[in-house]
Amino acid sequence: MIVTVFKQVVIFFLLVLFQGLILNNIEFGSYVVPFLYVIFILALPFETPNWLVLIIGFVLGLTIDSFTNTLGMHTSATVIMAFCRAYVLKLIKPRGGYEFSSKPTVQMMGLSWYFLYATVLVFIHHFFLFYIESFKISQFFYTFGRAIASVFFTMVLVLIVQLFNYKPSTKE
Amino acid sequence: MRDLIRFFTKNSFVFIFLFLLTISFVLLVKNNNYQNSKVFNSSNFLIGNLHATINNINGYFNLKEENKELAEQNARLQSSNILSFTKIFGTTVIIKDTSYFQKYVYSSAMAINGTTNNRENYFTLDKGTLNGIKAGMGVVSSTGVVGTVKNVSQNFCSVMSVLHEKNAVSAKIKKSGYIGSIVWELGDYRVAQLKDIPNHVKLQIGDTIITSGYSLVYPEGILIGRIKEFYLPEGENFYTIKVEFSVDYKKLSHVFIIKSLMKEEQQKLEALNDIAK
Repeated sequence: MIVTVFKQVVIFFLLVLFQGLILNNIEFGSYVVPFLYVIFILALPFETPNWLVLIIGFVLGLTIDSFTNTLGMHTSATVIMAFCRAYVLKLIKPRGGYEFSSKPTVQMMGLSWYFLYATVLVFIHHFFLFYIESFKISQFFYTFGRAIASVFFTMVLVLIVQLFNYKPSTKE
Repeated sequence: MRDLIRFFTKNSFVFIFLFLLTISFVLLVKNNNYQNSKVFNSSNFLIGNLHATINNINGYFNLKEENKELAEQNARLQSSNILSFTKIFGTTVIIKDTSYFQKYVYSSAMAINGTTNNRENYFTLDKGTLNGIKAGMGVVSSTGVVGTVKNVSQNFCSVMSVLHEKNAVSAKIKKSGYIGSIVWELGDYRVAQLKDIPNHVKLQIGDTIITSGYSLVYPEGILIGRIKEFYLPEGENFYTIKVEFSVDYKKLSHVFIIKSLMKEEQQKLEALNDIAK
């Protein structure tokens, strides 16, 4: 238990640093910014209590906001995403429920399940984020385009990370 | 009462969510209005130092260009030095002139973090209150205007970049002297718009745009950029002018913070006008 928590804390800091120092500086024509850090919320085990997911989301958003000087922006988007996670998990629950101590990964749940799960949540997160940032209805389609393109790049990164986590030997 | 408690425990998830969401919205609104979040911004101790370390490493990769720029600036300063002038007529006498006062003081700083791709971009510099930096001071680099100091901590300050929707810089066309304002909008970080130039002014592509000196932040005559393209929209009295910045904000490192010595005096005087109303 303690080892798992410790591992998660290390992953948390690595992800935050990666996002804050590297990904925030990557941009494709000042239009698209990938936000890989949301993968932390995606990868939490199924049996994590819902309230804990919310609090983790809040802290994660706050840390990312500290890097970008946009206090509240990432925080609100991540909290909303953490809230939706519970319902998305309920909606796409496989027959017979989730197995104990399984995690939401491509390996355990299958690619199509994971793709649906991740896309919906990343979508929710990015939409809130970009609309909170622009806060203007006049640039609706511009912001929409930014959000869609960023969702695409974040998803590419999320799937690449999943590829790294793939362990053929443990596959049943 | 028991029902009420049961209601709360049953829906605790939703309540925690609403609670956290409210906090984040409060942060969002507060932060947008005042930009004075003391702890959670990139001028705080931890993240400021982190960025300083990273920047220290990155600095090595730009040394060559930096040196070139500094050498050029040295050359310029050297050539305006009194020693590089010779007397043409032997009879001239140097008179100590008291009609000149120093109006601006420059101090150098390093940009250690910054963005160019947001709607509102900021830079973090490695000088703070300990170095006498105050909010509202102007920041320029050796090639042009950078921004205005917004928040200051002990060792760092964050600068509202020219690449910020709400940061308009009072600008002047060097050739004709007409005054407008430079406004940047999300998109290309190299191009801004020059507004309020009336349609009878003669413009040319490549005209130099400099600061006007009307704002209390920058001295007059600091380079902003050059006109890249312009046109007159039909039925409008003002030009739409695109200006290419002279500074590459992605490569910013050495900057100067400008302290205006007469700012308070001017502000005091201008405040009298408001009272008279």
